[in-house]
Amino acid sequence: MMAYIIRRTIYAIPILIGVNLLTFLLFFVVNSPEDMARMHLGNKRVTDEAIQQWKHERGYDKPLAFNAESQGLGMLTDTIFYEKSLKLFVFDFGQSDSGRNIGHDISQRMWPSLAIAIPVMLVGLAVNISFSLMLAFFRGTYLDFWGVVLCVAMMSISGLFYIIGGQVLLGKLLNLVPISGYDTGINAWKFLILPVLIGVVSSIGSGSRWYRTLFLEEINKDFVRTARAKGLSENWVLFRHVLRNALIPILTGVVVVLPTLFMGSLLLESFFGVPGLGSYTIDAIQRQDFAIVRAMVFLGAVLYILGLLLTDISYTIADPRVRLD
Amino acid sequence: MPFQPVILATDALIYLLLALVLLFVWYARRHDHLVTPWRRVGRSRTAMGAAVVIAFYVLIGLLDTLHFRLAAGETENGEIRYSTEVHSVFDLLATPLRENNEKTYSAPFATHLYTKENIQLPDGSQVRDYPRLEYGGAHLADPHAERPMNIARLALLGLMAGLALFGWLMLLVFRFRQDRIKAWWVDPKRGPSRTAAMVFLSMLVLAGMSISLSSGYHILGTDKVGEDVFYQSLKSIRTGLVIGTLTTLVMLPAAVLLGIMAGYFRGWVDDLIQYLYTTLSSVPGVLLIAAAVLMMQIYMSNNQDEFNSLTERADMRLLFLCLILGVTSWTGLCRLLRGEALKLRQLEYVQAAQAFGVSHFTVLLRHVLPNVMHIVLIVVVLDFSGLVLAEAVLSYINIGVDPNTNSWGNMINSARLELAREPVVWWSLFAAFIFMFALVLAANLLSDVVRDAFDPRLRERA
Repeated sequence: MMAYIIRRTIYAIPILIGVNLLTFLLFFVVNSPEDMARMHLGNKRVTDEAIQQWKHERGYDKPLAFNAESQGLGMLTDTIFYEKSLKLFVFDFGQSDSGRNIGHDISQRMWPSLAIAIPVMLVGLAVNISFSLMLAFFRGTYLDFWGVVLCVAMMSISGLFYIIGGQVLLGKLLNLVPISGYDTGINAWKFLILPVLIGVVSSIGSGSRWYRTLFLEEINKDFVRTARAKGLSENWVLFRHVLRNALIPILTGVVVVLPTLFMGSLLLESFFGVPGLGSYTIDAIQRQDFAIVRAMVFLGAVLYILGLLLTDISYTIADPRVRLD
Repeated sequence: MPFQPVILATDALIYLLLALVLLFVWYARRHDHLVTPWRRVGRSRTAMGAAVVIAFYVLIGLLDTLHFRLAAGETENGEIRYSTEVHSVFDLLATPLRENNEKTYSAPFATHLYTKENIQLPDGSQVRDYPRLEYGGAHLADPHAERPMNIARLALLGLMAGLALFGWLMLLVFRFRQDRIKAWWVDPKRGPSRTAAMVFLSMLVLAGMSISLSSGYHILGTDKVGEDVFYQSLKSIRTGLVIGTLTTLVMLPAAVLLGIMAGYFRGWVDDLIQYLYTTLSSVPGVLLIAAAVLMMQIYMSNNQDEFNSLTERADMRLLFLCLILGVTSWTGLCRLLRGEALKLRQLEYVQAAQAFGVSHFTVLLRHVLPNVMHIVLIVVVLDFSGLVLAEAVLSYINIGVDPNTNSWGNMINSARLELAREPVVWWSLFAAFIFMFALVLAANLLSDVVRDAFDPRLRERA
């Protein structure tokens, strides 16, 4: 087990190097820092001094990958590639283009993100499993049919409309909860209700439908028929045999997204003004702050790979038949 | 009137896609095993109904793809000078909708503007009131009394037109034979075609009513600069369809080639390709798109001279968005194809071909590729609705299509701040919602049936 985890971790290194090179190419080679400076300072009437100044403040005035003017190791370390890209590996994200420390911002902002993402995941899981289990129990009836129709219809609505609809209905017309905003500590709860509710509702369509197929797949298997044949009640079969076996793919599906919960939800956070990592990313995109976007790309990739690793491990724990090789 | 056809980059790709589809239809007609799954799709009532709805969208999208420039006058030496504005056939058909702009917001079927203004009365005094619209309900002398009757009359007119057209088409199809219609109506095997006909009828009636009502009103209101929202929603159809189809089209060659090569050759080719798609897929999609679009914005703002017109620039941006969405979404298909090719290479007929000394290229082309095409088709159809939805989200974050392009995402983006107003400006959102919902729902329903028909694994279980 330990050897497997170590091997998988080592396997992740070339992938991270690939991601790192990709971001480096995208952010510094496709467009030179010069272009970036022009974009930020406005295209027309920009002096060369202003561009040099902008680049110098952000450390973009160094050579890309090889510094011929430096001595010894400095030839490699005194470059944009070393300063901006390689340092990501030790989670040193440096300064944002507006001069703030990105690492500090991330550690501050991940908590509001988690405060939304974790309840959305847990409540969503409970709601989706109960709803799809009900559909599986009433399989082949009108209830099942219309339940699936409802799921498909809910899948066809853009997430934007759930958010806008929820804000207008619950926030504006009924005045039940504040429309947007955030508070520190325990007082944040009333700002969290609406985003969590909307996050759960928007996941019902695709989630429940997928879980329903998983349940139906299990229901048609031989061991379920055996369980029925030996006289177990339908309830017992459903909860004891079907649910437990279908939980394996469901839980591993959850495990893969666990690490990325840190990244927060882009849409929910920006609509509700929650100061999490999702809105941080969106703000950076809209302000065209490349340093933050670069940091988030790398962080996202790390968390995704971590999720894959956790999934593999959780498979072996949930299902002893799976052998790692 | 002389005109000059214009083929934008996305137009060319749409024509290519259309040619491919027609080629496939022509080819499949003579190969029974290719037609069988489609017959199964044709036997589903949901699929047929959904297909009719999609056909209406595709028709508008295609009309909106035929671009041209109108003549704007002549130069001194007698040559025709063409206007810089690029229009489409659809624009031409919807000229009144396009040109009858109001000053600012107005509600659906409104006769008065949404905001109060100072109005000069004939006697010289000024009042602050809601001014009449320039076009919406302008034909009414007394809007408050006449409007309900007028709307009902126009709606009825459209309804009758829709019904009449449908009746005429039915008579044409059945060659004016009553017994054939009767036989069709009671034949239990023709259920799907009856569903399709009924959906077709309702779409015709809807179209008739909207055309008839649009002649007198802005049926979905107007937006901030007074543009007709109904026209914007219709124009957005092309954007949605382009994103949904061209994205998969541009990623298809790479995904298919790399996928089957990885599975077929194994070894270092497999390792390399797996590494490539694992790396790409480990970057969160939105962030990769954001990074790429930011870079493209820099390029475009620094090289503005390369684009002849705003339309061309917006079109390049749309195409680029398709490309970058394709880069983020090809990995799933590639992985599926690799798995399938791994299975296929073990089969007897592939090994026999290898033993006979057939080249790898021929084996891939003749034995592997045709046997993975059903997966490609399923993925293409399944991806469509997700991509249409993704466009809206990306445009909301400002990393989607060009702000000048009509798209549902842009409509939502520009309207979301208006919800804070009192009374709420809801019609832009409502229009985008209805148009997206109908398309995505139809695509979801159709794709379910297509997947069931093409996936042999699911078929065996049923």
